[in-house]
Amino acid sequence: MEKTLLNVRNLTIDIPVGGGTLHAVRGIDFSLNRGEVLCIVGESGSGKSLTSLALMGLLGKKITPRADEMSFDGINLLKAGSRQMRALRGARMSMIFQEPMTSLNPAYTIGDQLIEARMLHGGASRAEARARAIELLEKVGITAAASRLSQYPHQLSGGLRQRVMIAMALMCGPELIIADEPTTALDVTIQAQILRLLVDLVREMGMAMILITHDLGVVARVADKVAVMYAGGLVETGPAADVFGQPRHPYTRGLLACIPLPGKTERGAPLGTIPGIVPSLVGEVSGCTFRTRCAEAGPDCRGTIPLRGEGAHEFRCVHAEGRRVSEQEGA
Amino acid sequence: MAESMTNTATDKLDPLLEEITGPTPGQLLWRRVFGHRGLMIGAVVVGILTVIAILAPLLAPHDPYAQSLLARMKPPVFLGGTWEHPLGTDHLGRDYLSRLIYGARVSLLIGVVAAAISGLIGTAMGVAAGYFGGRVDAVVTFLINVRLAMPVVLVALAVVAILGGSLTVVICVLGLLLWDRFAVVMRASTLQVRQREYVAAAEAIGASVPRILLTEIMPNIANNLIVVVTLEMAHAILLEAALSFLGLGVQPPTPSWGLMVSEGKNMMLFEPWLVLIPGAVLFALVLAINLMGDGLRDVTASENRS
Amino acid sequence: MLDRAGAAHPTLEIRNVTKTYSVKQGLMAKPKPLTALRDVSLSLRKGEVLGLVGESGCGKSTLAKILLGLEAPTEGEVLVDGQALGSHDRLALARRIQPIFQDPYSSLNPRKSIADIVSLPLRIHGIGDAASQKQAVRDMLDVVGLPARVMNSYPSQMSGGQRQRVAIARALIIKPEVVICDEPTSALDVSVQSQILNLLGDLRREFGLTYLFISHNLAVVEHLATRVAVMYLGRIVEEAEAGDLFDAPAHPYTQALLKSVLTPEPGLGVPDTQLGMAYPNPIDPPSGCAFHPRCPKAGPVCSATAPVPVPMREGHVECHLFDPKSPLYEDTSR
Repeated sequence: MEKTLLNVRNLTIDIPVGGGTLHAVRGIDFSLNRGEVLCIVGESGSGKSLTSLALMGLLGKKITPRADEMSFDGINLLKAGSRQMRALRGARMSMIFQEPMTSLNPAYTIGDQLIEARMLHGGASRAEARARAIELLEKVGITAAASRLSQYPHQLSGGLRQRVMIAMALMCGPELIIADEPTTALDVTIQAQILRLLVDLVREMGMAMILITHDLGVVARVADKVAVMYAGGLVETGPAADVFGQPRHPYTRGLLACIPLPGKTERGAPLGTIPGIVPSLVGEVSGCTFRTRCAEAGPDCRGTIPLRGEGAHEFRCVHAEGRRVSEQEGA
Repeated sequence: MAESMTNTATDKLDPLLEEITGPTPGQLLWRRVFGHRGLMIGAVVVGILTVIAILAPLLAPHDPYAQSLLARMKPPVFLGGTWEHPLGTDHLGRDYLSRLIYGARVSLLIGVVAAAISGLIGTAMGVAAGYFGGRVDAVVTFLINVRLAMPVVLVALAVVAILGGSLTVVICVLGLLLWDRFAVVMRASTLQVRQREYVAAAEAIGASVPRILLTEIMPNIANNLIVVVTLEMAHAILLEAALSFLGLGVQPPTPSWGLMVSEGKNMMLFEPWLVLIPGAVLFALVLAINLMGDGLRDVTASENRS
Repeated sequence: MLDRAGAAHPTLEIRNVTKTYSVKQGLMAKPKPLTALRDVSLSLRKGEVLGLVGESGCGKSTLAKILLGLEAPTEGEVLVDGQALGSHDRLALARRIQPIFQDPYSSLNPRKSIADIVSLPLRIHGIGDAASQKQAVRDMLDVVGLPARVMNSYPSQMSGGQRQRVAIARALIIKPEVVICDEPTSALDVSVQSQILNLLGDLRREFGLTYLFISHNLAVVEHLATRVAVMYLGRIVEEAEAGDLFDAPAHPYTQALLKSVLTPEPGLGVPDTQLGMAYPNPIDPPSGCAFHPRCPKAGPVCSATAPVPVPMREGHVECHLFDPKSPLYEDTSR
């Protein structure tokens, strides 16, 4: 039995806003083992990025996450002081952001930034850190790595910058990598290369990765486990093959129907849609937040929503099969 | 479980019925304006001084030019003077309060007109440079650099020394010298707005250049313009005071705060209020205008972000 | 060269268009030329959806700007109904070709109400009086699926999908023939993207529109396009009917692009595109075929001479592998 690296239970993030409280993340649970890739998928406003920031302790002073448990390798992240969190970040957990240009300091060379990261956390000597920087740049597929060390971020293309970000995240040999839309700003051919690289590195180095994205294609190809978020809540979780093979929650099914599938969707035929917009999460939120856009919705959806499913594949819906029974009989 | 009533408004399945309930940009702006303390304080002070300046003939207890050699150097009422001259009289026996009230006219007039002239020049240059780019931009940038290389006070001194000091000359000199910040800020804002796709959309529809400048660009850079206007008003008012203090600005007997400080400075050791009163009013006005400018920047900056 | 006999008369055509910008790289550096388009020819036939795909920096947005008359080509010409663009009245041209942009947060003027935004084309072209313009806006909003009461709202009060509907209404209110859609859905959420794609499809059928559909999302292009042009570093390297191109891509770059598409099918893993990683710097393009440094099938000839377009299927491909005169030709014919 694999030991759980990251365990999150009932994570809640409330943000005070002008008109009350924004319930941005509402009681989500997930866990992650070493060597696994968890994809958190959701649309804008689903709370997926806030969740990752909460794990890294980067939410800022005004927002305090609450949870029954949020632990990393036995360390309670909720109780960890800012000093302890700083030591964890970079050393044992690192983050890759969507836009490398904003996360790399334009005033320093890539080498300085990579070496600094290692010396700060790893306590390595400058020569050791430099050797590791070159090794990692080569590992992420950057040719002539030694000469790249003296370059500045703006001298690199977007794909190369993202590779440097990945190398930087790996400098201290982290156990957990959180990647927030790491390939969204990149071209498709580069995206495939970067994702391949990330997945290979995770497997090879025995790390765990949380990948946050809105792109179901990326999720399907990369994830071991999938967590589908909608309006601050987890609506469906499970192994990727199950969630994509038999999506149970109406939202997951709706999302999958929205994407044209080459070879499967008839060319030019209307795509599936999810009508309506994400409800406001300011003020009291109760029942299923998807009911305002759900074709299966009924009066029960305003009440408590049970967690259903078998084994690792779980979903939150009042309907036992994610559909109204009458419709199933008709089908 | 009790049915929640909070979601009735969102319990609609039709996307066409999405409620559009948020405030308009105008409403949001006013909300932020009234919620900004510095802006409100500045605006109230500037507003009161403006009303005083406009109503000067009604409010001033005496003729600001009327001299009375028998009533010279009367102290203000809080230093043992009489209510006949609440702020005392100057070395020619003129009522200090009345001169202060009429002085507000000079300061505000100079501030407003100089900022308007330089605003027109600078905005035209900045917007043209930002929108057309290329050679126009090169020329404007060059002119801005030339202008920035000239020391404002020295040039103003030289011009006033040649042409002679008067209210009109001071206003014109300041108006022609203070456009640099307008040009710089408007050029940068225009460059930014020009990148927006709604400008391209208007061009693709066939809108004329003046129309694009007036209806697509200007409304979206007006917030920055207003901020610069306030800052340059304060700048012009201070410069006028400095020029008048040096005797090269507004000429006596016109009541000007800078001139009042200058006239009072000889007696400063014995009658410090002669300098302190106009100095304090000048300080209050400039501070209030700057508070307003800062506030406007805060209030409109969040709008640019969203 | 693309004007083959029997093809419908192209509504919009560019011939041998080159666009060069001069780029300053440093404070004192001499400006260098950046060639965004190199001798590109492309025609848009009435009623078709021409998908234009390629990576960022390949020149597809420059092409859109030239077609819209927002930028002038450095060389070559733009033809509308067979006549040069310059000879057309600017307003007349605007009535026929309209754009839909990528970012609905940037394409609507935040200071204007929706009614003002959508009616602008009518006002500029002096179509109708205030009352009939208002009615036209109401009708157009209805067509794009927005209720009439949004007329007095402002863009900041609307969601991304609603804004994109407003942008579509503005583009269509003067009934253009050609709509240039520059990444119209890439800034939208997945669930909203499909609504907008469906709407674009419906509108095309309803109004008989011709689309130039620029996108980096190949799944979307495959779904909508009838013909596809693939761009790489300022050249159209392959052009074909959509079915042909997606079923059997010819150019190695097209093959790599299609391979990179991540469909939501678990278990397949991330494909290996076998591409060298770096997209070349357009200021300093590679010699010969611009794609050769990344091409898994490149031979010595590829870095020496630039390939010429070879007619193929209903389009062309620009690759030594398909040129009978090239030394690489024999190797792949079998």
